[in-house]
Amino acid sequence: MRIRLEARPEPSRLMGWLSPLLAAAATLLVGCALFASLGKDPFAAFQAFFVTPLENLYGVGELLLKASPLMLCAVGLAAGYRANVWNIGAEGQLTLGALCGGGVALAFQDSGGAWVLPLMLVAGAAGGMAWAAIPAWLKTRFNANEILVSLMLVYVAKLTLSLLVHGPWRDPEGFNFPQSKMFADAALLPNLLPGTRLNAGLLLALGVVAAAWLFMRKSLAGFQMRVAGLAPAAANYAGISARRTVWLGMLIGGATAGIAGVDEAAGPIGQLLPSMSPGYGFAAIIVAFVGRLHPFGILLSSLLMSLLYLGGEAAQINLALPSSVTGLFQGMLLFFLLAADVFINFRLRIVRRAVPPIEASGSVATEGSG
Amino acid sequence: MDSPVRGHLAPPRLKLQGISKIYPAVVANDRIDLSVMPGEIHAVLGENGAGKTTLMKIIYGLVRPDAGTILWNGRAVSIPNPARARALGIGMVFQHFSLFETLTVSENITLALEPGAAEASVDRRISEVSERYGLPLDPRRHVHSMSAGERQRVEIVRCLLQQPQLLIMDEPTSVLTPQAIDKLFATLRGLAGEGCSILYISHKLDEIRALCQRATVLRAGKVSGECDPRQETSSGLARMMIGGELPHSRHRQARTRGDGTLLVRRLSLPSDDPFGTDLIDIDLSLRGGEIVGIAGISGNGQKELLAALSGERPLVDARAIVLNGVAVGRLGAAVRRRLGMTFVPEERLGRGAVPEMSLAENALLTAHRQELTRHGFIRPDAVRAYAQATIARFSVKAPGPDATARSLSGGNLQKFIVGREILQGPRVIIAAQPTWGVDVGAAALIRQALVDLRDEGVAVLVVSEELDELLEICDRLAVIARGRLSPPRPARETNAEDLGLLMSGSFIGAQGIARAEVSSAGLSDAH
Repeated sequence: MRIRLEARPEPSRLMGWLSPLLAAAATLLVGCALFASLGKDPFAAFQAFFVTPLENLYGVGELLLKASPLMLCAVGLAAGYRANVWNIGAEGQLTLGALCGGGVALAFQDSGGAWVLPLMLVAGAAGGMAWAAIPAWLKTRFNANEILVSLMLVYVAKLTLSLLVHGPWRDPEGFNFPQSKMFADAALLPNLLPGTRLNAGLLLALGVVAAAWLFMRKSLAGFQMRVAGLAPAAANYAGISARRTVWLGMLIGGATAGIAGVDEAAGPIGQLLPSMSPGYGFAAIIVAFVGRLHPFGILLSSLLMSLLYLGGEAAQINLALPSSVTGLFQGMLLFFLLAADVFINFRLRIVRRAVPPIEASGSVATEGSG
Repeated sequence: MDSPVRGHLAPPRLKLQGISKIYPAVVANDRIDLSVMPGEIHAVLGENGAGKTTLMKIIYGLVRPDAGTILWNGRAVSIPNPARARALGIGMVFQHFSLFETLTVSENITLALEPGAAEASVDRRISEVSERYGLPLDPRRHVHSMSAGERQRVEIVRCLLQQPQLLIMDEPTSVLTPQAIDKLFATLRGLAGEGCSILYISHKLDEIRALCQRATVLRAGKVSGECDPRQETSSGLARMMIGGELPHSRHRQARTRGDGTLLVRRLSLPSDDPFGTDLIDIDLSLRGGEIVGIAGISGNGQKELLAALSGERPLVDARAIVLNGVAVGRLGAAVRRRLGMTFVPEERLGRGAVPEMSLAENALLTAHRQELTRHGFIRPDAVRAYAQATIARFSVKAPGPDATARSLSGGNLQKFIVGREILQGPRVIIAAQPTWGVDVGAAALIRQALVDLRDEGVAVLVVSEELDELLEICDRLAVIARGRLSPPRPARETNAEDLGLLMSGSFIGAQGIARAEVSSAGLSDAH
């Protein structure tokens, strides 16, 4: 007896959209079981993790605040993923974005005007794109694997930022802490909702989501990227340049991650620190897939991921659980999503008897239809 | 040629009663009855999609029927898998070979035998069987160095080693030259003479009339007739097969218009597939207002030539391909399309069309230069209108522009792709196997569309394995063999016999032969 996965003839579209919900439900269920096994009352833990963070306006503001960089990174990544361009390094591109945007803020510390913020955003986007251009160039020139290159560059980016804030950009009046000066007011994103930390970065993120939707669904270039992802041979046949697809996919992801970096630097943080993100760039990969690589799906999934971040913080404070519980929930969510997706495309079949002896080709059963 | 149909009193070798197989979208077999006597060569005739292959897969245990019984030598049997079929004495030679190219003949055959067969004795048995049936084979040769005809011999010998009582041949001649077909028929008649029954699947009427004693005709999954094909005319068989007359296309003398539109000069290209065919010194000129055909057995460089012409594999030498006066050798498919070339690929799903996308989106795939976009944004109404026009003009059976490409039958999708490429108003169109797997009516429609394009002054290049089709529509014909192209000659001055000789590589000089012996697709069977 053995277990076999068989391809389904027609994968269900409905289940395609339901699988993120199933994955979220399974994550909750297993999460509660986990709390119970740690000796916590699962209902109290659920309450502390998922309800308490949203009980007041401040909490809702935090939810939207953390969702902004997640959705920014995720829509950019999704554009690439649709085209089979696997940018895993949004965290590094985000860091470079913060570095470049922050550099602009520090350079115009005393002489800035209303133009500083837009300039920071442009610099941040350019920085993220430059960082993403490295794997894109290596991919198109030497066929280097973009997954590995973009991932490894994350650490280069983080160490570069760390070098700067430990050295030349360190605040002379900062008691030797590795951090830059606080940005001037002109270099900070305006607050949206008094009583919370929510800032205009959310509007920016929503704007980018809408633009991404327009690009992916309504433009020829977006259509061609989707073709490249679904059927590379058809893309080649139709004359869609594989190089351009790689460049576009990487640069879009780099630009949005770079903007997310500025969003953090000029938003809740307000200066440059050795680390600008609690892993938003990596979590955005999960957000992109849970959101089905669709801009509006990503809008929703970034809220879910943001809640996991908040819940993780609350769990540290209220339940005395380690901060790694956030990573655990993120991992479970991705795991269950991938599992659910497998079952959308395949069905499990238990084969009781031995299989017939080898046919020289496994494809005989699928060939011809006459 | 009359082999004895022995013992009408004996039970039939194989008898099918009420076999049905229903797939979610289609009834592949609908209450099919069929019986084959010992020593009989029985044709199963039908168009692509009529249910022939499904029926054979049921007999060979690859597909389970939903209803019906199978009687083997008078006893009801169930055939759950190919191993059981072979144990009963049923052998099958597939249309697409199922051989490992990196292994030798005897290794390939040993794999299919019961475990425990020693290789040395296998070699001896192969030699015995191949001698007895006139199928010369060297057991120690590697399969990748063999021609299609030789590979087919390996498959047949593999079946014969198990002393089958019934041999199923699925479209066996589609990969053979006319000369090799005669040899195959002699072997099959010899086998039948010894009492082995043969189920011969084909849609080629002449072959069936020449070889078979009885024929069961399938149409849309049902038996539409049974007859003695030797007593029938081709048009009578066609009526049973398609339920109407065979359509013919109008064809006038070509009037070429001077300038070369597509010029290929000394095109050489090593294949990127280790078992592919290298192109060697291809010369070709294609003028507006003519149809040039390239015949040849698949695997002789067609795939490589088409990739080079379409721009999917750009070349090093820019001047090797000149399109409308522009040296495009190094330029990609997009530029060539902008210069007025369109292309119908052999593979429909995944190359000619994106399976998951709608017909409208698939129209956009290559036709976006037909003002289907504005400032880089898609005009959905224009895209739908273009798809709708293609559907209407080429009578594609589809619910509408929103149907996914995958949901269409192969023939209908082919019509859509051909239509999409034709409606772009090309100056040069290249069509690979334009009617492969398409029903007879649609095939005639596609051929007529190509002829009409030619009459409008378009340069048309057709690459096909169907000699009849090429002889019907082409003005000039060339043959590709072992990566070389024969000089084209006027279609009216040639025939299937001549082309068959060329397909075996007779036009290649001594040097070429020496080279081809070390390379892959040799065709020694036709010499």
